[in-house]
Amino acid sequence: MDTFNKVADYQDVQPLFFDGMTLLFGGFGGVGTPPTLVDCLIESGVKDVHLIGNDAGFPWIGIGKFVCLKRAVSLIASHIGSNPVAGQLMHDGALNVEFSPQGILNERIRSGGVGLNGFLTEIGKGTVLAENKPIVNIDGKEYLYESPLTGDVGIIYARKADTFGNLVFDKTARNNNPLIAMAAKITIAEVEEIVEMGALDPEEIIVPGAYVKYVVPTKGINWKWIWEIQGK
Amino acid sequence: MDMGDSRQIIAKRAAQEIVTGMTVNLGIGIPSLIPDYIDPSTKVFFHAENGLLGLGPTPAENPDWALSNAAGYPVSIVNGGSYFDSALSFGMIRSGRIDLAVLGSLQVSRDGDLANWIVPGKRVPGVGGAMELAFGAKRLIALMQHCEKNGKPKIVTTCTLPLTATGCVKRVITEMAVFDIDKSGLTLIEVMPGFTVSDIRNHTEADFNIAEKIKETND
Repeated sequence: MDTFNKVADYQDVQPLFFDGMTLLFGGFGGVGTPPTLVDCLIESGVKDVHLIGNDAGFPWIGIGKFVCLKRAVSLIASHIGSNPVAGQLMHDGALNVEFSPQGILNERIRSGGVGLNGFLTEIGKGTVLAENKPIVNIDGKEYLYESPLTGDVGIIYARKADTFGNLVFDKTARNNNPLIAMAAKITIAEVEEIVEMGALDPEEIIVPGAYVKYVVPTKGINWKWIWEIQGK
Repeated sequence: MDMGDSRQIIAKRAAQEIVTGMTVNLGIGIPSLIPDYIDPSTKVFFHAENGLLGLGPTPAENPDWALSNAAGYPVSIVNGGSYFDSALSFGMIRSGRIDLAVLGSLQVSRDGDLANWIVPGKRVPGVGGAMELAFGAKRLIALMQHCEKNGKPKIVTTCTLPLTATGCVKRVITEMAVFDIDKSGLTLIEVMPGFTVSDIRNHTEADFNIAEKIKETND
């Protein structure tokens, strides 16, 4: 792989997915989840996948499409309310779901991506989400310890990349994508536009290319958003 | 009063809590109805936890999927608005940069405990950003219909549902009443049109004080 030309095809990146891997995925309700990489993941046939991301998408949107195939064994997320199939799988014991408060989840991913060993917080104290978490007492005050998260592969979506993998995002489709990019051992960025190095203003780059292994061109959103389906 | 009406009534009353200069986060459910009732001269910045400060109305045409609110619906961005990643978005919440959070609720206790994310055995949607909004916002207002569909009160002595956060709710607005919560517990501060103090008493499990101004009008 050429450090300065990370542009790849889907057939190049598909073998990076493997049974039992931990997969970090970008997106918030499917917004900012890479559509072509999700299809590539599905077509790879991998199973027993441990997923980490904000939510379970919708059954036909984002990572939800993969979740519905029952090839994920666990999911760490902040909510699954938009994907009833995920709720059913959890209820049936087919999907082990760990809920993490949304910002804490993001900070755990960030912690993993910036070489830190977790952090302390008061969020979640006195709730069921505090169960089984170490409690640290500092100067008489109790905090929950939150562990860092990393993954084998991260799939993210960006507006633009240069060939080094410097990334520029698209409005609220940025969400947790920069954090996922940092926390995965191998980050694959699906992008709308690929430009030469030097074409991006260094001030606009949100994720430096050092965090990105592969850049693949998107084939575009291939699902209907909920607001497109609900009658206008 | 049907459910739809009561939701609108609650949202309309809640809109009065929002004043010029505030940074506000509105949760899903009833809080999302509030913008329709805010006076257009009120200038506020809405925060959306998916990474937007300065959320504007739904565009009349050409919706952009990449510019959405936390429920995934297309919105716009106002002048001075900004985009940021999810870690920063919640950093803003936890560190007290949100003046007011308005959240839908399942139960609120006399001490301001909030339960709004899980009904064990029934709905297990997950907590989303509610714990951090409850903990970090400078002021938290909970909105809900006064009772469950079966008539069971939702303002309780102790929450029976799993908590979102303890002692965080400062005000509760329902279609029947507005309560403030402080160290002395619950205080009824407003009786909504069509109801009496005795109606509220009969539909509220927790004990509550009654503000002087209400005592005067109801005695």
